[in-house]
Amino acid sequence: MRKVSFPFVGTANIPFENLMRAFGNDVILPSRPTKETLSLGTKYAPEFACLPFKIVLGTYIEVLEKGANTLVSTGGVGPCRAGLYTALQEKILKSLGYEFEMITLEPPSRYLKDLIQNIKKLINVKLSFKDYIRIAKFIWKELQLLDKAEKLSHKVRPLEVKKGEASLAYKKAVDLVREAKDLKELLEVEREIENLFDKIDKKDIDPIKIGIVGEIYVLLEPSANLEIEEMLGDLGVYAERSMFLAGYTFYNAIMDLFRRPGEMDVKKEAMPYFKEMCGGHGRESVGNAIIFAKRGFDGVIQLSPFTCIPEIVAKSILPRVCEKYNIGFLPVTLDEQTGKEGLRTRIEAFVDLLSARKKKNFIKGDAKNGALFGY
Amino acid sequence: MAHYLGIDVGSVSTNIVIIDDNGEVREAIYLRTQGQPIKAVQEGLRMLANKEKEYCIKGVGTTGSGRQLAAVIVGADVVKNEITAHAVAAQKEVPDVQTVIEIGGQDSKIIILRDGVVTDFAMNTVCAAGTGSFLDQQANRLGIPIEEFGSLALKSQNPVRIAGRCAVFAESDMIHKQQLGHKLEDIIRGLCQALVRNYLNNVGKGKEILPRVVFQGGVAANLGMKAAFEEALQMEVYVPKYHHVMGAIGAALLAKDAGVKNTNFRGFRASELFFTADSFECRGCSNRCEVVNIKMDGKIIARWGDRCNKWKTMENSF
Repeated sequence: MRKVSFPFVGTANIPFENLMRAFGNDVILPSRPTKETLSLGTKYAPEFACLPFKIVLGTYIEVLEKGANTLVSTGGVGPCRAGLYTALQEKILKSLGYEFEMITLEPPSRYLKDLIQNIKKLINVKLSFKDYIRIAKFIWKELQLLDKAEKLSHKVRPLEVKKGEASLAYKKAVDLVREAKDLKELLEVEREIENLFDKIDKKDIDPIKIGIVGEIYVLLEPSANLEIEEMLGDLGVYAERSMFLAGYTFYNAIMDLFRRPGEMDVKKEAMPYFKEMCGGHGRESVGNAIIFAKRGFDGVIQLSPFTCIPEIVAKSILPRVCEKYNIGFLPVTLDEQTGKEGLRTRIEAFVDLLSARKKKNFIKGDAKNGALFGY
Repeated sequence: MAHYLGIDVGSVSTNIVIIDDNGEVREAIYLRTQGQPIKAVQEGLRMLANKEKEYCIKGVGTTGSGRQLAAVIVGADVVKNEITAHAVAAQKEVPDVQTVIEIGGQDSKIIILRDGVVTDFAMNTVCAAGTGSFLDQQANRLGIPIEEFGSLALKSQNPVRIAGRCAVFAESDMIHKQQLGHKLEDIIRGLCQALVRNYLNNVGKGKEILPRVVFQGGVAANLGMKAAFEEALQMEVYVPKYHHVMGAIGAALLAKDAGVKNTNFRGFRASELFFTADSFECRGCSNRCEVVNIKMDGKIIARWGDRCNKWKTMENSF
């Protein structure tokens, strides 16, 4: 029996676990990365590997210890070295004496044959066409609901009267999604999630709005970014991330399959500054910053793992972009050395800076695209 | 007359000031933190205790990396990050300031102000070369009191070029130059230039440095560093009289501006209370938060570090 495990990325483990189980695999669930996970990863990773590499390597060691025999991860193309990470991690782990199979899911547009072969390895039960449709619908809904709950928590947290309620509601929402058995239950859960956040007492204020751009792993995994969104929310700031699970899956798997470039608008916005792709999400960081600016946000925070080349390229362009659109910019570099207190100092100062600017009534943004559209 | 207390607990120094209603500094205390912030804050309060009758404290502000801890110990009304505090203090001293250079024990910062508003700032990220601790350590290694370090640098006629990219390399380069027989003052002057170069390349990169430039923090006392900045920037660099306690002054000014009605200040007797801190790792979920308890005379008065508020909310029950 395959005992499948995978990296821990935000709440993505919930739909992925369900998918793997539906395909007839045993799942060894990774746990949320802790300091020990990071220490494990740092111990065996090359010194200048980036933070996501170290955390994921640590996670792999933990799940292999728990008995996993198959590791599933995504690959990638382009200059960002993350595309080669699974190969390197496999080598490191095998040299440590672990026995397992590494299955790398490469982007469909270039490696469709490999991808299908790899997915076949993960399907260990007989499924009809109808089953596939049912599973796909369920997983997709789960992804969407998890994103929805998270977006609601970001929206409500700066407004909550009693501190901590939004975080609690979010935790409950995730549990509800995790426990739902089929699509019907998920639809009920959707209503419940909305209720959970509706019930919270909210202040009637117009919070400062900060967009968060950067590398995907540190964006999606709170243990890697020191829970920056909660920190911002607690300071009374509406923080919106440029990337969410469902959107990312959609653009990078489905659109890619039909050879359509994902996130066209983002890339188009970045074009004047960033003509070539540089791998990773460097270009998306610039494009998303411009979109945030046009929607009337007050500032942009860029999260990048230390030594991440795509984000370094973006970091050199972003100050110019933010100056042009007259919004604040704060780059945050994350590494295993990063202390939370230092980050808090920078974030607090950044928020002070933005509120002082706001008070001076800088006119900016496109009134038609209010900052809180969507939800 | 109303007075305001400002406390800045940094990695190297703990500073306490008292300002009056006009923002004038009445007391300024500079202490070494020595890794024991609680002790340092209490020591500072003890030094002020005999003047308790002179001052009527109406508000207290804390800043620095130990601001939360200090706030609990003294009972603060305003808790602010040091970047804002330094900007406020610099602006009070020099109203038309456009650039603040602040070099402390562990961090170096640049703050850009335009029309009286902070528009940009940066802090050193991954490298600590050029901060107070490093200069301290080098002075110690060379057997020169840190106070004389700067004036010695000014004596130099032929500064030696030192690699300042990283503290470790800077030190080995300095040792190398010593072994070659260069004069001490030339090496020290070269070090100051290297640190300024490093600061402008790393911290000040991409920032428009316009006059007036205010240089504050403990390192501003170093005449060699001031001269090196003036040389590199080709403009006058102003060092305020109370440059070493500007963070504390900023915290006090913020407390004054906050318009506190009833201060939480425990009074100078807080120096006699018995404070302890201990911590544990919560195993309630996979977050594994490190929760810290701050106790006053054995009673828990504050708790932080947990993400889910499970422990934080318990403080109400004490």
